[in-house]
Amino acid sequence: MADPTRRAILARLAQGEATVTEIAEPFAMTQPAISKHLKVLERAGLISGNRDAQRRPRRLEPQPLAEATKWLEEYRQFWDTSFARLDTLLSALTTPPKRD
Amino acid sequence: MIYPESFQVTTPSERTIEIRRDFHAPRQLVFDAFTKPELVRCWLLGPEGWTMPVCDIDLKVGGSYRYVWRKEGVKDMGMGGVFREVVMPEKLVATEQFDEAWYPGEALDTTVFVESGEVTKITITVLYESMEARDTARRSGMEYGMKAGYDKLESLLASLAAGV
Repeated sequence: MADPTRRAILARLAQGEATVTEIAEPFAMTQPAISKHLKVLERAGLISGNRDAQRRPRRLEPQPLAEATKWLEEYRQFWDTSFARLDTLLSALTTPPKRD
Repeated sequence: MIYPESFQVTTPSERTIEIRRDFHAPRQLVFDAFTKPELVRCWLLGPEGWTMPVCDIDLKVGGSYRYVWRKEGVKDMGMGGVFREVVMPEKLVATEQFDEAWYPGEALDTTVFVESGEVTKITITVLYESMEARDTARRSGMEYGMKAGYDKLESLLASLAAGV
């Protein structure tokens, strides 16, 4: 989902299903180029639609998309929590021990 | 001084995850915190409640490392790999594989430590064999029981729509 075109396609489909022509409309891109992006999203299970029919509307598959963002969020959380702990550790290591 | 706002997790390409963070410490120390087991097991724990009963690191090219995380009532989570490049205290390249990864093959982790004044900036790049492998890897390896539901989907879609 790093690709801006694919993000925009997902955002468009979040508003409701659309045909390839409708999806391609706002982009300065050929329809085959858009179709390529759609294929990537379909392979990832994020959208569904009929590969053979140009006119068949594409729609979002909410469950896989939720899962896809879930792992990134969990991954983020894992590192964020860990790094906060590392801050504390580094600070303890760089502060000379106090002597009374 | 801490820099929590420097933290970033991005997916710059279909096969990679990139993590960035700045630390207020000399580079050598940050490097040690990533490579000395007695330091690693103090912080690389994720959410509350996890410990790291196994943390073995043989820091040399061809040497291996092995981590196991444990939490009461949850199955242990293990991972490990082999160091491909060790440039102290600048760079580490190592393979990464979770015990129960459903993704094909291994991932390759590159960690770069850059010192800038009193700050050490780290960038971790995880390269998977495919986008599917990347996504599946994190699903299988990082399940901490967080139940993100449709709320998250909605906020994602809102941010997508806002062009973020």
